[in-house]
Amino acid sequence: MTAPMKLALGPLLYFWPRESVLDFYAEAAAWPVDTVYLGETVCPRRRELRLEDWLAIGESLAARGKEVVLSTYELIESDADLRTMHAVADNGAFRVEANDMAAVRALAGRMPFVAGPFLNVYNAATLAVLADLGASRWVTPVELSREGVAAVAAEAPAGIETEVFAWGRLPLAVSARCFTARYYDLTKDHCELRCIGHPEGLAVDTQDGKPFLVLNGVQTQSASPQSLAGDLGGARAAGVTHLRLSPQPHGTGEVAAVFRAAADGALSPGEASARLAKLHAVPACDGYWRGTAGIAPAQAGHA
Amino acid sequence: MAQAAAPEAPARRLKLVCPAGTPPALKIAVDQGADDVYLGFKDETNARNFAGLNFDERSLREGIDYAHRKGAQVLLALNTFPQPATWRKWQSAVDRAAALGVDAIIVADTGLLAYASRTHPALRLHLSVQGSATSHEAINFHHERFGIRRAVLPRVLSVEQAEKVVSRTPVEIEVFGFGSLSIMVEGRCALSSYATGESPNTHGGCSPARAVRWQETPRGLESRLGGVLIDRFAAADHPGYPTLCRGRFVVNGDTYYPFEEPTSLNTLELLPRLQAMGVAAIKIEGRQRSPVYVQTVTRVWREAIDACARERERFRVRPAWQEALAGISEGRQCTLGAYHRPWK
Repeated sequence: MTAPMKLALGPLLYFWPRESVLDFYAEAAAWPVDTVYLGETVCPRRRELRLEDWLAIGESLAARGKEVVLSTYELIESDADLRTMHAVADNGAFRVEANDMAAVRALAGRMPFVAGPFLNVYNAATLAVLADLGASRWVTPVELSREGVAAVAAEAPAGIETEVFAWGRLPLAVSARCFTARYYDLTKDHCELRCIGHPEGLAVDTQDGKPFLVLNGVQTQSASPQSLAGDLGGARAAGVTHLRLSPQPHGTGEVAAVFRAAADGALSPGEASARLAKLHAVPACDGYWRGTAGIAPAQAGHA
Repeated sequence: MAQAAAPEAPARRLKLVCPAGTPPALKIAVDQGADDVYLGFKDETNARNFAGLNFDERSLREGIDYAHRKGAQVLLALNTFPQPATWRKWQSAVDRAAALGVDAIIVADTGLLAYASRTHPALRLHLSVQGSATSHEAINFHHERFGIRRAVLPRVLSVEQAEKVVSRTPVEIEVFGFGSLSIMVEGRCALSSYATGESPNTHGGCSPARAVRWQETPRGLESRLGGVLIDRFAAADHPGYPTLCRGRFVVNGDTYYPFEEPTSLNTLELLPRLQAMGVAAIKIEGRQRSPVYVQTVTRVWREAIDACARERERFRVRPAWQEALAGISEGRQCTLGAYHRPWK
């Protein structure tokens, strides 16, 4: 038998006050997650926590038996961004998730790293390059279907772990522009860090009143959480070793509990999906996983 | 190859890279003085996979022949991301490109870059804008690993940032000069596939036409993409194509363009700066645009680049150029995009 799938708490994508972040990870230490990704990945202007703070959180989580990974920015623009990325890459304590090729270059051949979801690993040839440089795990791009994941994983070098985005609002796009600042008619350099007032981002609805997207600073997310809870058997069969759960301000511990139970077979796909549905105002989606439009409603319990 | 090497040309004259969506556009671009033309095969291996566009092997062979006789180079875009089921199609596209004698291929996918550099070491590689390399370190990674000779900068950097990149890499840098403006980092946007199942990364097109629906309603003309309401127009409005990031949506009761208003990029006035900082090439967007567009934009930019090479800091943008470009811009409003950041 293969080992049970592990749960990974993805990096916090929103901007929360320092105390909220510390409280969140203090709680997370008790959740049934195996891996915790830490660090700021979205916007370099968000500096409630410094690298030292993330390392301290990492140490306390590691002491509770969690695997800790530090994530790099998904978009690097300035010299300061590069310096921060290098500081993360050289942290000396924890494995690093590389989210752009500059980070891959900084880590290549030096230590095992996680190939993050923004590296666009759509095929086995790309994964082979990254594995050759030291990637020990890859996080699939959100667009890759179950069949695509399975095909890449099947050809992956031995021992490479495969992580999919199993729960949460999908990070769909990143820009040099800040859409939260734009909403407030502020410029990016004088954004007043307004996104700290939106712990779940700013909801974008269509003109006919349907929840569609979420503005999270320079990042745009789906309004629907993607949920693979209905097809964890399929995920396992596809070679998935890690299920990524994306932090939200409320209910993330319950999400972890549901996924743990579902992955262990203690909850049916239908039961798991029903419990998750209570945690989010917008119904879940899983279209990408099924090879269609990402927004397509999740099919609870599909085989 | 370009036999007509221009001995008098200044060493740093910017190359003009023009879109060739079709064989007629290729001829027009070459005739109007493009240094490079870029094009794609008729399939999803390139990021402008639209009906009626692009080249089969025969038209590509003729196009290469035409361009080479006039001293222009042909760059083939293979800038989408092959998936396991379609990997061989992309691989074979690289092989065909090499066999046909294109002057370079423009590639985004890491695995495909590795394949091309290993299998066709003499084939010149350009890193596509879809490769999302926004720093000199990311560009140098591709240089060190795959020997890329040129990189196209994502349309997100300021002039100052672009200048730093240019000064720290041996790779030629190509920047966007004119055309439709992408608000998201290229290669990092899945908005289109979220609504429709197809994106630039996976299918070579954003907001695909097959997913577009127009409907007259009592509230106005509605445009939908994959069933999602993108915009609603009153009679006086000019309805634009429902590209997702140019839609009007509602945030906390405010209906506005949360991402961007329809505008075009136009960097003519930055030419002296781009030339002085050592940018190698200026790219004109628009393989999906008409031959008239290609003719106008190539003629204007050829004149402007030549004038800039002669006049350097005395260079001034001619009103006639701006007038001609304004007539073919989407949204009829031009901006300097990220190069100059009014939104910073």
